Amino acid sequence: MNDISHGLFAALRLIVTFDAELWEISLRSLQVSLTAVIIASAVAMPFGAFLAVQRFKYRRLVISIMNALMGLPPVVVGLIFYILLSRSGPFGVFGLLFTPWAMIIVQIVIITPIIASISHQAMRELWAEYHDLLISLNTSKWRRIKTLIWDGRRNLLTAGLAGFGRAIGEVGAIMIVGGNIEHATRVLTTAIALETGKGDFALALGLGFVLIGLALFVNILIHWLSRTEREGRW
Amino acid sequence: MFPLALSNLSVRRRGKIVLGPIDLVIDQGGPTMVIGPNGSGKTTLLRVMHGIERISEGTAEWAQPDHANHAYVFQSPVVLRRTVSENLSYPLYLIKRPKPEINTAVEYWIERIGLGKVANRSAMRLSGGERQKLAIARALIRDPEVLFLDEPCSNLDGQSTREIETLLLETAAAGTRIIMATHDMGQARRLAADVIFMKSGRIAETGLAPNVFDAPKTSELKAFLKGDILE
Ligand SMILES: Nc1ncnc2c1ncn2[C@@H]1O[C@H](COP(=O)(O)OP(=O)(O)OP(=O)(O)O)[C@@H](O)[C@H]1O
Ligand SMILES: [Mg+2]
Repeated sequence: MNDISHGLFAALRLIVTFDAELWEISLRSLQVSLTAVIIASAVAMPFGAFLAVQRFKYRRLVISIMNALMGLPPVVVGLIFYILLSRSGPFGVFGLLFTPWAMIIVQIVIITPIIASISHQAMRELWAEYHDLLISLNTSKWRRIKTLIWDGRRNLLTAGLAGFGRAIGEVGAIMIVGGNIEHATRVLTTAIALETGKGDFALALGLGFVLIGLALFVNILIHWLSRTEREGRW
Repeated sequence: MFPLALSNLSVRRRGKIVLGPIDLVIDQGGPTMVIGPNGSGKTTLLRVMHGIERISEGTAEWAQPDHANHAYVFQSPVVLRRTVSENLSYPLYLIKRPKPEINTAVEYWIERIGLGKVANRSAMRLSGGERQKLAIARALIRDPEVLFLDEPCSNLDGQSTREIETLLLETAAAGTRIIMATHDMGQARRLAADVIFMKSGRIAETGLAPNVFDAPKTSELKAFLKGDILE
């Protein structure tokens, strides 16, 4: 009990004094996860819109696969990419293992199906509304996708934020391919795991607070966005 | 553009005939009112003419197949999740009209339908009547040669209905060919030059408005008109 209250106090002190290590780790977490979200969204959102607009032979199968990929265990993704990216692996020549890029790659793989699936859901609803008008106006496929993405941008942002929440809190995969190396690949979740193991609860809790803060922030943002969405304020 | 010829046309959905077989020629003139009971195929007929409904048998051919000069107002108005003025500019933006021209047209139409005050508000917040007016203005903004309307006044009060009817008569006078489905016989009488009466997916009777309304030939139309008056 004393340990915990002591840890809490120390953690708060680290946060208010902008502790260099805490700051560095938090910033890296943000960098890695934001990069992953941006790249994943650039692929997943147009793909979700495409799936909504275009009928093709294996469409149902593709949607099932996409939904199944959402349940991919991150640790297994980490393991697979460890093998692919290691020196002797097929992508070993790029020397990406134990760099932030390796972490970004596994996060992209983990969150792309999530963002695509949520985007697809939103785009499908919007397409049901717009279908008749856009067909009547004789729009091209690409124009339909662009219109859906633009008019559904709030829902898409929600999809992106859901992906971000998943990415920033993920630990298994990035631990494996990142290696939790100090000043290189240490991020919030991996640092918490390490510091807890070492018994340094102050830093672990401080990092935990930052992580919770980010997660809360994202959730509040999603909530607020879905409210403004209904009111159509932007 | 005209005439439009429907020959031996039918539309099947899930094995069931929902429209046809139909033979019909639509030429200059109008406005044409499509009347008939619920489920008689009014919407399907309009969609076939507009070219957005899959035909199962037969053909629908315009003398000059230029779809760009058509516009369609749907039975439940489609509203883009954008501002009122962005809803209006969308069709012009699609055909890459210059910005100043778009702005002029949008300003003109937004005043004409009386939505000037809410120009920059989300169209999602408009009332049913305002949405319907917006959908009609958005259809007219490209100055179409043919305008299809599917029960555009079905949920509107007398005031809004009158405004829309006036707008449609002005549009017809300006040379746009109007083909419209309605279940309101008063409205059909006020607007129609000629009438298509649908029954069970087929054209049961067609002719000039005075003949159709005052001297119906088929027993179906007689019963339909009587039913509507009794209502
Ligand atoms: N995609 C579809 N699948 C099955 N049946 C359909 C389909 N589309 C239309 N129908 C049927 O076709 C018939 C004609 O429908 P339509 O919408 O053209 O009638 P309507 O005259 O416009 O009716 P209302 O006055 O209610 O608008 C109806 O019986 C309808 O159930
Ligand atoms: Mg109908």
